[in-house]
Amino acid sequence: MPTPLLETPLAGWHVAHGGRMVGFAGWTMPVQYASIVDEHLATRQAAGMFDVSHMGRLAITGPAAIGWLESLLTRHVADLAPGQVRYTLVTSDEGPTSLAILDDALVARDADAADGTPRLALVVNASNRDRVVAWLTSRLPAAGVSLVDQTRGTAMIAVQGPLAVGIVTGLCPAAHAARIAALGNYRATTATVAGRSAAVSRTGYTGEDGLELVVAAADAVPVWEAIHVAGAGHGLRACGLGARDTLRLEAGMPLYGHELVAASDPFAIGLGFAVNLTATDGSPRNFPGAVALRDLQATPARLVRVGLLFDGKRAAREGSVATRPGDATAIVGGVTSGSYCPTLGAAAAMALVDRDAAAAGTRLDVLIRDSATPARVTPLPLHRRPATRS
Amino acid sequence: MAALKFAKTHEWIRLEDDGLATVGISAYAVEALTDLVFMQLPEVGRQVKAGESIGEIESVKAVSDFYAPVSGQVVAVNGVLPNELETLGKDPYGAGWLVKLRPSDTGELAPLLDTTAYDALVKSQPH
Repeated sequence: MPTPLLETPLAGWHVAHGGRMVGFAGWTMPVQYASIVDEHLATRQAAGMFDVSHMGRLAITGPAAIGWLESLLTRHVADLAPGQVRYTLVTSDEGPTSLAILDDALVARDADAADGTPRLALVVNASNRDRVVAWLTSRLPAAGVSLVDQTRGTAMIAVQGPLAVGIVTGLCPAAHAARIAALGNYRATTATVAGRSAAVSRTGYTGEDGLELVVAAADAVPVWEAIHVAGAGHGLRACGLGARDTLRLEAGMPLYGHELVAASDPFAIGLGFAVNLTATDGSPRNFPGAVALRDLQATPARLVRVGLLFDGKRAAREGSVATRPGDATAIVGGVTSGSYCPTLGAAAAMALVDRDAAAAGTRLDVLIRDSATPARVTPLPLHRRPATRS
Repeated sequence: MAALKFAKTHEWIRLEDDGLATVGISAYAVEALTDLVFMQLPEVGRQVKAGESIGEIESVKAVSDFYAPVSGQVVAVNGVLPNELETLGKDPYGAGWLVKLRPSDTGELAPLLDTTAYDALVKSQPH
């Protein structure tokens, strides 16, 4: 018997508002409400709001929490200041290469507890939550660290786009609004939003300015509705996973299972920044998989991650083969994600291609359902938001 | 002009007075696909069998085939449609037609769904 799909606290709202629900990583989630294109463009031009409660939220606390995460994650944790967030990989040293990338994640250090105990949080992919929790649990020390999976007891709402911060801060007391507005990228705070407590971070997965809010499950609908109502006059739309995918594709952001897999070389796919092989004191770090990652760093990979831009709207999809122009036998790589991209007005893709076919402007053919379709290699991100915040 | 008949795969077909059959895709299918970005039509002159894929229609999210409701020869395609995909939403049973077939056996139309049966099929779908 198939396992029933999990519902986020907002599932009923989605259905009541025309969300087309699909199964995704064990959850029933809206892929779109009406038009993916309209939702995508609303996020680029005004604001979009996304239920991302399916993402795994793990609370890691205790006097030894920082040192423990520093020993496990590819990214420095020891020097995280309270209110700081970093992108990291979660790796194990199991398997034939002594390296498996279990997930990519955000690690955040919240304000310390009143007694000074460090409190940290990991946000992991829904598809990897079970195995990341199992892996971390297997590495827990006998004392000093507590790991609690808070996914089901909370909800997570992403509000993204040039007007997103203004819409959310309009629902906060003045002092909280000022604190949120002053947040730098990858910084977090707590605030009262629409009368409810929320953890608020200036993070996202769309390439736009914006916020991600974590609230108690019982507060999810009132907070969501307050933002939805407050944003309606500004062009905000509720967006499904379809627009989330096209937005992150344009933003050149990897998706686990596509650009990033267990056997990936992070240095070849633009994620070298997330691998800190040297501790802040200059000594070598030895998190699980560090030895194998040192070897990967020393040996440039054959395939690297690039963007591909097409002239037309017909999209290459994951698995489409890229070749030299006019020579279907000269395979240089393959597509990891592809779609029509609404901001670009054309189809685009991310692909892994041979290093000598990866220079910007390189002409390639991509086989889309047996039809050789011309594309050119384009630097990532495919879309970059204007530098100044509105 | 005969009434519309429908395939379970959401194509419609109409036998015209000149003996040709016009084929399109239903309003329900257009609505379900949403965000259409690309369409590939078959070549004129191609012989097709009932149930054979004769083209594809792509939305932002996915690619779908469309199928010949009956066997025959493709005698015309709606060549402007791929550049004006919004016509499919505005007028799916008129200007949004896809192909004209010369049916090899009009008897193949008989088992197709009439409007009432097709509406019932659509109502039984998840959304």
